[in-house]
Amino acid sequence: MKYVDEYRDQDKAQVLVREIERLVAGIEFAERRPIQIMEVCGGHTHSIFRYGIEGMLPKSIELVHGPGCPVCVLPMGRVDDCVAIAEHPEVILTTFGDAIRVPGSRKSLLQAKAEGADVRMVYSPMDALALARRNPKREVVFFGIGFETTMPSTALTVLQAEREGIGNFSVFCNHITIVPTIKAILDSPDLHLDGFLGPGHVSMVIGTAPYEFIAHFYNKPLVVAGFEPLDVLQSIWMVLKQIKEGRCEVENQYARIVPEGGNTRALRAVARVYELREFFEWRGLGSIDHSGMKMRAEYVRFDAELKFALPNVKIADPKSCQCGEVLKGVIRPWQCKVFGTACTPERPLGALMVSSEGACAAYYQYGGLKRRRDEVLPVEAGTA
Amino acid sequence: MNIAPFVFQRPRGKVHVPTVTLAHGGGGKAMKDLIDDVFLAAFDNPLLAPLDDQARLDLGALARHGDRLAFSTDSFVVDPIIFPGGDIGKLAVCGTVNDLAVGGAKPLYLSCAVIVEEGVSVDSLRQIARSMATAARAAGVEIVTGDTKVVNKAACDKMFITTAGIGAIRADVNLGAHCTRPGDFVLVSGFLGDHGAAILSARGDLSLEAPIASDCASLHDVVAALLTAAPGIRFIRDPTRGGVATVLNEIAEAAQVSIEIDEGSTPIRDEVRAFCEILGLDPLYLANEGKLVAIVPPEQAQHALEAMQAHPLGQAARLIGRVIAGEPGRVTMRTVFGGSRIVDMLVGEQLPRIC
Repeated sequence: MKYVDEYRDQDKAQVLVREIERLVAGIEFAERRPIQIMEVCGGHTHSIFRYGIEGMLPKSIELVHGPGCPVCVLPMGRVDDCVAIAEHPEVILTTFGDAIRVPGSRKSLLQAKAEGADVRMVYSPMDALALARRNPKREVVFFGIGFETTMPSTALTVLQAEREGIGNFSVFCNHITIVPTIKAILDSPDLHLDGFLGPGHVSMVIGTAPYEFIAHFYNKPLVVAGFEPLDVLQSIWMVLKQIKEGRCEVENQYARIVPEGGNTRALRAVARVYELREFFEWRGLGSIDHSGMKMRAEYVRFDAELKFALPNVKIADPKSCQCGEVLKGVIRPWQCKVFGTACTPERPLGALMVSSEGACAAYYQYGGLKRRRDEVLPVEAGTA
Repeated sequence: MNIAPFVFQRPRGKVHVPTVTLAHGGGGKAMKDLIDDVFLAAFDNPLLAPLDDQARLDLGALARHGDRLAFSTDSFVVDPIIFPGGDIGKLAVCGTVNDLAVGGAKPLYLSCAVIVEEGVSVDSLRQIARSMATAARAAGVEIVTGDTKVVNKAACDKMFITTAGIGAIRADVNLGAHCTRPGDFVLVSGFLGDHGAAILSARGDLSLEAPIASDCASLHDVVAALLTAAPGIRFIRDPTRGGVATVLNEIAEAAQVSIEIDEGSTPIRDEVRAFCEILGLDPLYLANEGKLVAIVPPEQAQHALEAMQAHPLGQAARLIGRVIAGEPGRVTMRTVFGGSRIVDMLVGEQLPRIC
């Protein structure tokens, strides 16, 4: 398959792995502790597991799977609100596929559907708008989730609905923004990270400038990375090269997709429809200031949050859940108290077990299950 | 000995209305007419013709095919009922034929029970029945008994079909997942994931149309060729719901072995790969309706492969992996990229990913 197979070439991968090994050998602190690199985005986590990238890297590199899976970080209370909307008899609730299974405190959308709610999977919010056009007597609500990657498409759909004067369409907005969250992680006192793989699709919209503070104020290298396995390997190599050379910069590995300045038309649409919330609750990370988006006053008639009465109850994360520590790289997924026991993909307790992009679900599915909870990497043992 | 009873000639009934109504399930003349017009006309055979409550089969004739009966049943619900490469009728015949065939049985007789939602057009019912008849002829089986029920609107989705089938297993054939041994090869009969991708695409709710047809087909011939070419074959299974990944996990679990497959050797059409790439799906978990997975001892693997490739339904057959001693129940895949990953059972249904 063209434009895909080129980025999965085994021989090129071997060359990169050897280069990575050479770089790691020259990084002095790697003898005492692991080099921790966080891939922020769930898409990267998926690629890493899908292609077995972790197993190809030297043992002293530890990939920390970050908070960039929008399905995972959705708090239970928001899922409850969405279920409440879906349970209105006049509502057709439309959603991306993997949000349908996320558990709320009472039930998931999948369970609500089984009990009679009209829940439909769509590929794009424009498909939801088309449903609204075809069903003028129903209220079509789109479950808007995702980072800047999906934000422009819901914004443009709202603008289109406004142009056409469609009154029976609204968005339940749970869009979140990645930069404040990276900052929250960087401010955490128990942070170990040495560098970042920046989210490729988000950056395609926002460009690379918003990450500059990470390099300049927090002194961490960041490489905006693509999603094919060679992209991921090359980006890891670029981060290591910065560490080796003592540089902290924002570099763009994914230049074939990500323009430095982002997509200004997409950003304009987002800015027209949305504004920042004061704070937004993240599953596993708690409340983070200015990390969520809401509809601007001019578009409230497309805002499902105002159109429907919502329970709006905050549900605390289960106490036994250690998602926050996993997200910050303090512990590895299989070291969590409830990993694979109380928390499994069938009955997820924590955010990271929810979607296949979540670190814990990926470990459970693709290889970590059989690891012992007390297992530590050899280099980690050396630091103790 | 022929014990088929005397067949009396009665004029065949005809349905003159365009849609099925509850009257067609009421047990009276309307129902008789529907059965005559739709099912008898299509399935036409002497065992069915008397329309008794049961088909009576000659045990002596069955015994000539083998020393054990294989008996299987399956229900078919699919949306849409007609899709590229097939329809619910063809699926209902091939599905049960395959469930018999992969056990090493020669499929012989089927039953057919149809639940129809009122309002379905009689023509589409005729089309499905004809499709079942064609598929049955191709598989060398007869549909010898049946049942029809009509239910209220929305009590079912257009129509559900249940088929049961019996076949006979030759005395020298003994297949079982537990027979799998380290060193055995894993063979698939062709491109994987076609049916799952075709149905998802035909359903149209993802507004993503791909030129992919279902692989729906009866595998009895392929199985027969395989049993001849590789008599030591351990186990055969048709990887329907849950796909090849699920079947391999079941085998690894049953035989307490590991299985390692090679992504680069796994035959998947470009169209299906592209479809999966866009939606974030894994073709290893997509359903197949005309493919088999076989576990073959190493010395017969090449013979098995050649026999498959010589058959029109097995041209794209490949050896995709091996059974190894490893951790019991574990299936891994060597990726095209040179890494290795675990291929586990799915928790629920595969869902398209957000980004």
